[in-house]
Amino acid sequence: MNLEVNLAGMKMKNPITVASGTFGYGREFAEYIDLNKLGGIVTKGTSLKLKDGNKPPRVCETASGMLNAIGLQNPGVEYFMNYDLPWLRKFDTNIIVNACGNSIDEYVELSKILNTLDIDAVELNLSCPNVKAGCMAFGTSYEGVKEVTTQVRKALTSKPLIVKLTPNVTDITQPAKGAEDAGADGVSLINTLLAMKIDIDKQRPVLANNTGGLSGPAIKPVAVRMVYQVAQAVKIPILGLGGIVTGDDVIEFMLAGATAVSIGTGNFIAPDTSIKAIEGVEKYMKKHNIENLSDIIGKVQMN
Amino acid sequence: MPFNVKCKLVKKEFLKDDICKMTILAPEIAKSAKPGQFLEIRVVDNIEPLLRRPISIYNVDKDKDEVEFIFQIKGNGTELLSKRREGELLDIMGPLGYGTFKFDGYKNIAIIGGGIGIFPLYELSKRAKNAGVNSSIYIGFRNKDLVMLEDEFKKVCDELILTTDDGSYAKKGFAINFLKEDAKQNKPDCIYACGPLPMLKAVQAFAKEENIPCQISLEERMACGIGVCLGCAVKYVGNDNVNYKHVCKNGPVFNATEVEI
Repeated sequence: MNLEVNLAGMKMKNPITVASGTFGYGREFAEYIDLNKLGGIVTKGTSLKLKDGNKPPRVCETASGMLNAIGLQNPGVEYFMNYDLPWLRKFDTNIIVNACGNSIDEYVELSKILNTLDIDAVELNLSCPNVKAGCMAFGTSYEGVKEVTTQVRKALTSKPLIVKLTPNVTDITQPAKGAEDAGADGVSLINTLLAMKIDIDKQRPVLANNTGGLSGPAIKPVAVRMVYQVAQAVKIPILGLGGIVTGDDVIEFMLAGATAVSIGTGNFIAPDTSIKAIEGVEKYMKKHNIENLSDIIGKVQMN
Repeated sequence: MPFNVKCKLVKKEFLKDDICKMTILAPEIAKSAKPGQFLEIRVVDNIEPLLRRPISIYNVDKDKDEVEFIFQIKGNGTELLSKRREGELLDIMGPLGYGTFKFDGYKNIAIIGGGIGIFPLYELSKRAKNAGVNSSIYIGFRNKDLVMLEDEFKKVCDELILTTDDGSYAKKGFAINFLKEDAKQNKPDCIYACGPLPMLKAVQAFAKEENIPCQISLEERMACGIGVCLGCAVKYVGNDNVNYKHVCKNGPVFNATEVEI
């Protein structure tokens, strides 16, 4: 059985990565699982400078999902390159840095630094719903995505560039095409869905930020639909995510058109969710007599 | 070192209608657990409810490899957990939290808790007592019906001061006021606190005023429990160059001078 895939020029031993913001920079999970088994690790959203994040409460549970409004708290790229990257590089897995910023200048400045680092790819975060400036502000239109991606592409010349898209749009194929036309090597989708939960006793939103991003199994069908739509609209490969927990979920995303996937909120259910998902994929391959996993990418047959 | 293990539920009992105590067989956790640490418990082996429930460790029995925790049934998750049966396996991560209660070097301590906040104070009290530390424990409840674990706490201190807000049992008033009064004669080397926010704020303010070291156990809405999602943020005002720390990883126990609550 061969689980290898090639995502935007990046060779992966299997298509399973862990999603940004659900895995830190890997250290905490290394106490529970063997990081070498993963196809890749997408780091916590990392910005040019340290970010404090939002006021608490920042998270709450919802039906088969959760809301978060962390606000991209992270120690900044300098800390990452000095402290986390050398440690992460000890593992035989792809390191994909999720890059976020408040302005085009900031994205470009950050990309110049990332271009020099020993990393395998950059995931450009144009889709965080929880910060006022930047991110999702650029991510909702063809023009917005194309503009930022064009500038970043000029700075990021030596690494695969994957643009992460928001589902909070009317037509997800528009920003996807913007990324493709600007020279991105791939797109990842979906980020969280903008949502709100109200504490009915206090008659106020539970999150201090009022709104937050919905993630978890609750959003999986939306993500599968969007991955399928984008797969029909662009030629660049897709990193699919949104509510994936099991190996069967991984297969579903790949059939819809994803070359690889990220497991996000599923990591909170159990620290070994990603490893179990790899085992689940192997089980599916055995059952369906599939020799090369990459053969199933986009192979869903529509009714 | 934390573990993710399936632990046999050895014993379940209800201290009140909505207060459930569970004993699990968990050798790895029992060996390494420190006072103040907590467990992330998957209430059922399913994706609904999605998140684990963070519950503090009440008591550790190293000889029997057992760990006890007590929780209040507050919502769907804790209700499902309370329905698990003896003999079943619970999926548990722990012991979690690097910020723990520490009493090294102290000879005379005061421990204060309120309501369901008293649970994480038991293991601390027990270990301090075994180490020969002189301790006074102040535990407060709203009224007589809510009083619990009196005998248990009595055994692990030199003096137990139990209060009810309405005076329906034991001493009337807030526990913090009795602690303040006693501290005039006998100033503790350190105060340890866990309980409702108003109590923690009062303890924090008093400790600052009197310049007494103080360790408080906090809670905040949590997802991962291990420091990756950065959900359970608490405003940090200490010397490290950050504005937020996290209850699950940096806590749950913090130096009272380092957090804004």
